[in-house]
Amino acid sequence: MRRTTYIQALNEALREEMQHDQNVFLIGEDVGHYGGLFRVTRNLLDEFGEKRVLDTPISEQAFMGMALGAATVGLRPVVELMYMDFTLVAADQIFNQIAKYQYMTGGLLNVPLVIRGQQGGGKRYGSQHSQSVDSLYAHFPGIRVVAPATPYDAKGLLKSAIRDDNPVAFLEHKMLYFTRGEAPPPDEEYLIPIGKADVKREGADLTIATFSYCLLQALEAAETLQEEHGIDCEVVDLRTVEPLDTETVWESVAKTGRLLAVHESYANCGVGAELVARAYEEAPQLLRAPARRLGMAPVSIPVSRVLEEEALPWKNDIIATVLEMERG
Amino acid sequence: MQLANSATDVDATEDGGVQATVTNASDIESRAVSTSITTDVLPSMSATDLDVPALSTDLLVEMYKKALTIRLMEEALLASAEEGQIGGAMHTAIGHEANAIGAAAALRRGDYVTCTYRGHHHGLAWGMDPGRAIAEVMGRSDGFAKGKGGSMHFVSPEHGMMGANGIVAAQVPHAAGLALASHIRGEDRVAITFFGDGALFQGVMHETFNIAAKWKLPLIFYCENNRYSEMTPIWRTSSIEDIYLFPRSYGMDSMQIDGNDVEVVHAAVSQAAERARSGAGPTFIEGITYRLAGHMAGDLETYRPQEEVEKQQAYEPLTVLRQKLLARGVDDARIAAIDEEIDEMIDEAVAFAENSPWPDPAETYLDVFVSTTYGEE
Repeated sequence: MRRTTYIQALNEALREEMQHDQNVFLIGEDVGHYGGLFRVTRNLLDEFGEKRVLDTPISEQAFMGMALGAATVGLRPVVELMYMDFTLVAADQIFNQIAKYQYMTGGLLNVPLVIRGQQGGGKRYGSQHSQSVDSLYAHFPGIRVVAPATPYDAKGLLKSAIRDDNPVAFLEHKMLYFTRGEAPPPDEEYLIPIGKADVKREGADLTIATFSYCLLQALEAAETLQEEHGIDCEVVDLRTVEPLDTETVWESVAKTGRLLAVHESYANCGVGAELVARAYEEAPQLLRAPARRLGMAPVSIPVSRVLEEEALPWKNDIIATVLEMERG
Repeated sequence: MQLANSATDVDATEDGGVQATVTNASDIESRAVSTSITTDVLPSMSATDLDVPALSTDLLVEMYKKALTIRLMEEALLASAEEGQIGGAMHTAIGHEANAIGAAAALRRGDYVTCTYRGHHHGLAWGMDPGRAIAEVMGRSDGFAKGKGGSMHFVSPEHGMMGANGIVAAQVPHAAGLALASHIRGEDRVAITFFGDGALFQGVMHETFNIAAKWKLPLIFYCENNRYSEMTPIWRTSSIEDIYLFPRSYGMDSMQIDGNDVEVVHAAVSQAAERARSGAGPTFIEGITYRLAGHMAGDLETYRPQEEVEKQQAYEPLTVLRQKLLARGVDDARIAAIDEEIDEMIDEAVAFAENSPWPDPAETYLDVFVSTTYGEE
């Protein structure tokens, strides 16, 4: 194993899948000559040429719709949204078209494409460039939603997403891009199945189910809780939020009896609300205390470092919530 | 052309027709509400030098059969809707048939088409079966999408028919993506996308104009200008009078043609397809046509005078085709025999659809994701 960045892992996944399948192509703003705003697609234009790495005008609706058209005849577009907030600009094509196309056509056509890009706060980009859209995507049937937190998972899951015959929203996080982690060398291929959670920290007292950058915050919170309060948290990385791997979560809750769901999208109508609701529907006997959820405060994301930190559901909020749960 | 701060105004002429002129925005208030430019039968001006070769009599006979099939199917659908057999919104293309038939005949097997929710005529022109089409609209199991798509989502990949769409202009980038696929793979397939005049005012239309022209995609934009955006006449919504001029600002060739004449449509689409296949990029065609029925089943049609519709009956696609056949020596008896043949065929198609079983309720949960049922994963 070697250590690599999240960005490098994504770049390798794209490169390997483009070598593996000539139907894979990249489309989006600045993905070609510039190599992507965050350099995820760096050097791919040189290697694969202008027919497979397409720089578009700033026309999210059009290139999202074009990706659908190309996918219906067997190409595998990987669409970069420079900020996942722009999902809302292309919302008709994503939710009315891509998510529904297979169903509306009675299965005559499918749409094997990936919509990828970074979301989330922490860099003071403000209300229109810091949102987390995982819960939004997960609300619509017909689209897979993946949000890996480590370079290893990012590479394996992006490769799987590109090979999946369903549309996949692949949600990166701007705070993860320069994080490092272990991954096999480029020539050792591996895939991580979509829909499988992964226990990132074992513990006995309370289950924190989370994903994306909140995983790192939860792991830090778990260390503090262990050291300062003697509370031993198990941290489950959902990795995929559609479909939710509730089996792995319930296995953990069977051990701990307590569940806290954490994510950066809004708590209201969010993935955490869904997970907690399912816990009460499917596994109420496992819960020895009320399950909780923690998400972004119900505000647009402010720019000021102080205000943004207040709004984000990060380490200190996780610790505070766990302590509340422990006190009952 | 007049530019900003002007709008199309309309004056009645002596023969009961109208002429479109342009006036200042400040005069708009005084315009009579019921007036529209839609009583013009033919394009207001010839926008292109289009050589229109005569099609063979055999092909014209086939086109007439197809046009009549579409017409009678849609009339049968309207009757079924009145009987309460069809739910939701159903938009017929009665009066639009020549646009689809002329275009389909000009393109090859392997080419792609996407279209609007007013898409029954495209589906049938591209080869879809009327019985299965009616079954789909009625939500029966023999519908081509098993009753999940209905009237607004005709689709048949085996015929290159890649989908009608319920959202105005949403199908336009899909066709651009199909054209892009052809470009990426180095194939010579072209894509054509049909939309109405109302679609011109959606942002995604203009985004797609720009990309298609910049990338020289093998794409044909075909606007069926029936001069009403749903219930609102185009002079109320368009900033310019002739919408074929919009794409010219994107560097695209465009033409305004008679959309009720299959030979004109065939010639225009043939020329556009040749350009597209040669790598010269997209073409915009504005086919002037008229919707003889309401925007949708149940439309009260309070926005246009009945005389306007009656005037259009004199120059609608079936009338034009019959005149062509008579001029070619196809006599009334032969036409009557065709009429009877198609009428019987549609009766059988309706019976097929009415006898088609309802889908198994379990079908509800299929096709959400590929090769799986929801909840089983």
